[in-house]
Formats: sequence, structure tokens, C-alpha cells
Amino acid sequence: MNYTFNQKNKTIAFVLIAIGLVSIAASFLTHNHQAWSNLLHNTFYFMAISLAGTFFLAVQYAAEVGWSVVLKRILEAMGTFLPFAAILMLVVFFGNLMAGHNGGHYIYHWLHHDLYDPASAEYDKIIAGKSGYLNLPFFVIRMLAYFAIWIGFTRLFRKLSLKEDIEGGSANYLKARKYSATFLVLFAVTSSTSAWDFIMSIDTHWYSTLFGWYTFAGMFISGIAVMNFILVYLVKKGNMPFITEHHLHDAGKFMFAFSIFWTYLWFAQFMLIWYANIPEEVTYFMIRFEHYRPLFIANFLINFIAPFLVLMTRDAKRKLNLLMTISVVLFIGHWIDVFLMVTPGVVKEHWHIGWMEIGTTLGFLGLFMYVIQASLAKAPLLREKHPLLQESLHHSI
Amino acid sequence: MHYESELREPLILGDKGYHEITEDVCRPIEGKANKYWWAAFTLASMALLWWIISVSYTLGTGLGVWGLNKTVGWAWDITNFVWWVGIGHAGTLISAILLLFRQKWRLSINRSAEAMTIFAVICAASFIVSHMGRPWVAYWPLPLPNQFGSLWVNFNSPLVWDVFAISTYFSVSLVFWYTGLIPDFAVVRDRAKTKGAKFWYTILSFGWTGTAKNWQRFEEVSLVLAGLSTPLVLSVHSVVSMDFATSLVPGWHTTIFPPYFVAGAIFSGFAMVQTLLIITRKVLNLENYITIYHIDMMNRIILITGSIVGVAYITEFFIAWYSGVEYEQYAFINRATGPYWWAYWSMMTCNVITPQLFWSAKLRTSLFATFFISIFVNIGMWFERFVIIVTSLHRDYVPSSWTMYSPTWVEVGIFIGSLGLFFVPFLLFTRFFPVIAMSELKTIVKSSSSQAKKKGAHHHEH
Repeated sequence: MNYTFNQKNKTIAFVLIAIGLVSIAASFLTHNHQAWSNLLHNTFYFMAISLAGTFFLAVQYAAEVGWSVVLKRILEAMGTFLPFAAILMLVVFFGNLMAGHNGGHYIYHWLHHDLYDPASAEYDKIIAGKSGYLNLPFFVIRMLAYFAIWIGFTRLFRKLSLKEDIEGGSANYLKARKYSATFLVLFAVTSSTSAWDFIMSIDTHWYSTLFGWYTFAGMFISGIAVMNFILVYLVKKGNMPFITEHHLHDAGKFMFAFSIFWTYLWFAQFMLIWYANIPEEVTYFMIRFEHYRPLFIANFLINFIAPFLVLMTRDAKRKLNLLMTISVVLFIGHWIDVFLMVTPGVVKEHWHIGWMEIGTTLGFLGLFMYVIQASLAKAPLLREKHPLLQESLHHSI
Repeated sequence: MHYESELREPLILGDKGYHEITEDVCRPIEGKANKYWWAAFTLASMALLWWIISVSYTLGTGLGVWGLNKTVGWAWDITNFVWWVGIGHAGTLISAILLLFRQKWRLSINRSAEAMTIFAVICAASFIVSHMGRPWVAYWPLPLPNQFGSLWVNFNSPLVWDVFAISTYFSVSLVFWYTGLIPDFAVVRDRAKTKGAKFWYTILSFGWTGTAKNWQRFEEVSLVLAGLSTPLVLSVHSVVSMDFATSLVPGWHTTIFPPYFVAGAIFSGFAMVQTLLIITRKVLNLENYITIYHIDMMNRIILITGSIVGVAYITEFFIAWYSGVEYEQYAFINRATGPYWWAYWSMMTCNVITPQLFWSAKLRTSLFATFFISIFVNIGMWFERFVIIVTSLHRDYVPSSWTMYSPTWVEVGIFIGSLGLFFVPFLLFTRFFPVIAMSELKTIVKSSSSQAKKKGAHHHEH
């Protein structure tokens, strides 16, 4: 029941990373104007997936869930990508900041100095009004705080879980339960504010009160999709003989339910802005609908219709191949969703998805795969001494 | 085989077996009402009478008897409507969402929470009809074939969506509730001693005989109805929120409204469930079924949804500032510091601060604290709707039309009276209907009762 990170998978990960590095280098050398936006898009996407792992793990503790014990090692492993996401985010942010200072293109429009100078022709009263929140030092402090909180708790949960493997008993479990409540409170705030910071502030004028929760819903469903993918992969490889159809069914239910939840929030935000048709707000969807139409429609179809129709029946949620297919579809679908959240604000209508965009993503994917597999291999895949283990092993629905 | 960890608390105390559960649940129906019930019933009937008088006066004279004016065209009517609809949500959440999440503690409370849902939606609907001013044409919002003249509903209007949402909600909840009642009614029928009781419970139980086929169909229909109810938990209050959010009114037009209204609805619904059940369990001696653990679990839901509502308040306030839109900013400053500041701060205190007390396990498991806080939440959630509706309207884009709103005795009467409209059927329910879903509850006796836990512990020793 241990996972071994074999040479073949290592090679695949390295090849993907190499493709990524080449693509990123090529993007900058060929002056691809989407280079920075691609980096932020992928950094945020993989960070969100990783964070969703820790979030879902904390929910399992806080809600005293029994059936999911067999999945906890996967969730723990997903969280271990967060430190890498943090480094990438810092590199992207400060790299872009330096590039911007040297006359390059800022991802975050609000970083331009002239916007705040009433004497300048570029002066923007609305953005100047936001400077209490959108200013460099405060932004950096917030960014560091997010990563400190997220990584700190991820490591704490992991530490308690490994300690439990040795010590047994319920003390470590009860501790994790307590910390999970604290984490969830901090997450409730930071998941929204980080969505405003990393994404919403790209379209600096625009605002939507739902944006934080919408981003969270996307983060959560992409995390569940990745969790399902890893689960099916390990089951197929024979690493998780303790997983039954009942576990798959429940994991599938989460994927089904929260893809609908994401759609609900997507619709709520879109419909209310479309209906009220207030110029300041509606521009956000205008550019996306006018110039990104194929992606805009694909986003809705892939992320709602596909899981909704395929996972509707009970049997579908118990089939390994269907679960894996839908998790891949959702992974691609939410990649598009995050692309639509990031790219239009940076490059306006001049977008493209070519080999450099796909190569960049493959590079991130390679790194993600490497980190996740390395942490899966570090501990047994079953938490043998978890106090609720028997409930999970005997789970039947 | 289902397995339950020893860390789990028992859900049925007092070592109850199947027969004792039947006895305990049927006792209030078969016995006589005590003086507390009569006192409550008298009070509720008086309130209902006041409601009838106030509504009749309104309909007879016209909406001019209310305190509405040209600037504030919606006030207590819609406040009360949203308040009541929101309260209804706990029942649906318990029977649909908690079913999906396999929360077995829902079994002792689902029946009364669903009853609460139905009576609360009736109260809500009564405000819609009474605020129309001409209730004899209350069917106009329905898309009926056009034989009444030139009338066809505007499908672009969220008010029409609301008609569909609420009527679907009411019908599904009613059928769901009633389906669950059928086997329990049959139990009451089979035990009935008097001719009258036999007659009525025979009709109510739809010829239930308890055969395998009966149960199979029962299970199937319950599953279908649970499936239908699940999206309703989210959709109903989302649509209610769109009555406001599709508009251009600052303070109303905000995209967070749908999920935030849903969280608020569940929050207020559970507070009302606590208020009702803490009294019911005492008066009907159901402490072994509605245990401190049940109260604790509901308090946790109140804590979570209350926190979500708190995050939404702060988000709205922050984004109003961040947007740089002067009108949006003023709407929020006016809420907090304008002439209705007291309503805003009542809302903040009751909805954001008091539920945070439930972080303390001691308060979560204290009946007195729970009852007290649940009342606070009920009040706070009423003020929330008042704040959203009245403070957003009373100072509009044209300062010359700024004005204040205060209710007349008629509106006060209709609101207080609606509590009678709610409590009269609820009290009758506790006398004539099995308040605990006993057939369903019996399914967990072998896994989750205190008796089963003892046997399990005994088993482990050997």
C-alpha cells in the first residue's frame, strides 16, 4: 500500500518540465505579449488546486467525516505543492514588477505610478481611490500572509498525520480537528481576499462582490477533479486495494455536486451583471463575450453540461474510466475558466492559445506531478491508525 | 455492513427499543393537552385573530393604511416575506442536504423542521397576497391562458420567477413531508382507541399496510423527492435575492446576493428550529430523542452560516468602498450612520457577534444559551431584511424625495399576527401529528442508540 515514484513517471515529469522551460523561454525571447499572463494563469491555477486539497482535508476534520479517511493521504499530498506555488507566485510577481519598471508590461495595471499623480495625463481617479488597498507594500504583505497561513496549516496537518502513523490513538486526530476550524476561518477570509488580489485587481476598475466565492467554487471543483484523478490512477495501479465502489461513488458525487455549485455561482454573477447592464460592471463580460466567445461558451458547456450529464446516474460515479475522463475534462475546463479570469485583463482582445501556452501549462503540470508523486511516495497511502479508519473501510451506501 | 466509530455520540438516549419509540412519539397524540399547550394555543389564536383583523382592514380599505410612501414602496411587507421564506429553509436543508451528507442526527428533527417549513412558507405567501392590494386578482402573476383580457406575465421579471420558485418549493416540501408521514400515521391508526381517531388516521394514512412493496415505493419516492428538494434549497432564496439584485438600486444590486441570501436563510431557519425544538422537547418529553448532541450540531450550523453571512456583510462593505462608485458607497455609509443606524447595528450585533459565541462548546451545549441566541438570530435576520429593503430605498438618487418610513398599527398587526398564523398550525401539528419521524428513526436504533453503543462496548471487551 505504498506508492513508489518509479523512473518512468519521473522521466515523464522531467520531460514535461523541460517542455515548460523551453516554452517559457521561447515566450520571452519571441516577445509573446501573453508571456506574463500565461505564468500568472498557471501559477494561480495550480496553486488553487493545491489549496483546495488542504481546504478539503480541513473540512474532513472539522465535520468529523468518517468515509473519507482513505482519501486523506491524497489530499495531504495535494497540499504539498503550495510552497512551490508560493515561490512561483513571488517570482512571477516580482519578475513582472521589474520588467514593468524597465518599461515592460505590467500584469497588474494598478502598479503604474502615473495613475496616482493628479498632475499626470494618466491620472485615474477611480484607481487612485483604491490605493489604500491596492498599493505595493500592502499587496506584498498580504501575499506573504496568505502563503504563510496556507503552508503553515498544510504542514501542520501533515505533521500530525505522520505522527499518528507512529503513535496511534486519537490525540493527533483531535488536535487536527481543532486546528482545522482555525484554518477554515482564516481560509474563509483569505480565499476571498486572495482572489481579489491575484485576479480581480487585474481588471483594476472592475468589481463584483461575488468574485471571491466564485473563485473559491472554481478552486474547489478543480481540486476535487484532481483528487479524483489521483484516486483513480492509484486504484488502477493497484496501490489502493482498500478503495471500494462506495468510495468512488462518494468522490464522484462531490465532483457532480460541486460542478453544479460552480455553475450556480457562474450564473449568479453573470446573470446579475448582464441584467443590470451597468457600464462599469458589464464591460467585464463584454470583452469576454465579444472577443473570447469560443472559450466563454466552452467554459460553461465543459464545466457544467459534461459532468452534469455524465455523472448523473449512480452507476457512472462507480466507474473508474468515467470518473477519470470527467476529472480530465474538468481539469481542462477550469484551466479555461482561469484563463478567462486572467488573460483578458492583461492582453485585452489580443489573445491566442498556441504551443507556447500549452507548453507552459505542461511545464507546470510536470512540476505538479513531480511534487505530488514525491509526497505520495513518502508515507503509506492508508492512514492505518486513524481513529475513524474502520468507518471508512466499512463504508457502504 | 455499516460501522460506527466509538467516537460518535449516541443519537437516541435512554436505551430505547422499537416499542418505546412508538410509545413516546404517540403519547402526545393519544393523551390530553396540558395547560402549557392550551396557554400557547390561546395566545397564538389571539395573534391569528389580530392578523385576520389587520389583513381584513387592509384589504377592505386599501394599502394606504400602511406606512408606505412614494420613496419607500416596499417595507415591512417584503421584509416579513423574506424573513418567513428564509426560516423555511432549515426544513429543506435537513431533509435534503443533510440526507445527502448522511447526517443521521437529522432523523429526530426533520419532521418538525419540515412542518415549520410549510407553515413558514404559508406565512410568507400571505404577505405577497396581502401586499398586492387586490388579492382577488392574485392569480395574475401566473402565466395562464390569455382568456382574461390582455394579461400575460413578463418572464423577464424576477417577481415572476419568485412565483414559480415559491410555489414549487411549497408543493415539493408539502409532498415530501406528507410522504414521510404516511407510515407514521398508519402506526397511529393501528393504535387508535376511539372511532373518530380510527376514521381520521385511516384517511390520513392512505391505506398503508406496511408490506414490502409499500416500503419499496416509499423509499423510491422519498429518494426522488430528496433529489428535487436539493436544488430548491439553493434556488428559492437565490430567486428571492434576485428580486433585489437585478435592480439598479445601490445596496440591492450586488452579485453576492444569491449565495449570501441562501446562507442567511439557513442561518435564520436553524435559529427558528432551535427556538421551537427547545420548547417542544421539554413539553412533549422528547429529551431522549432531541438530545444535547442534536442541539450542538444545529448550533454548529448556525455558527458556520452566521460566519458566512458575516463575511458577506464585510465583503459588501469593502467592495462598495473599492468600487469607487459614490452612490454605492453612500448606501453603505447611510446604513451604518444614517437615521436607520440602530437597525443596522442591531443586525450586526445579532447576526455577526452573537453566533460567534458558539465557538464555546459550553454555550453550544447549553439549552439556555442556545435558546437565547436563537432568539437574537431571529431578530437579527428580521433586521437584515429591513436594513436591505428600507435603508436602500429611503434615500434614493433624488435628495428632494428622501424620506423616512415607519409602520402603522396595521402593519405591526399583520406581522405579529403572522406569528399566530404560524403557531396555530404548528401547535396543532404537535397534538395530532407524530412530531418525530418514528419509522425512519427506528432504522438507526441498531447502530446509533445508546443501547447499541453499550452492546458494542460490551462486545469489544470479550
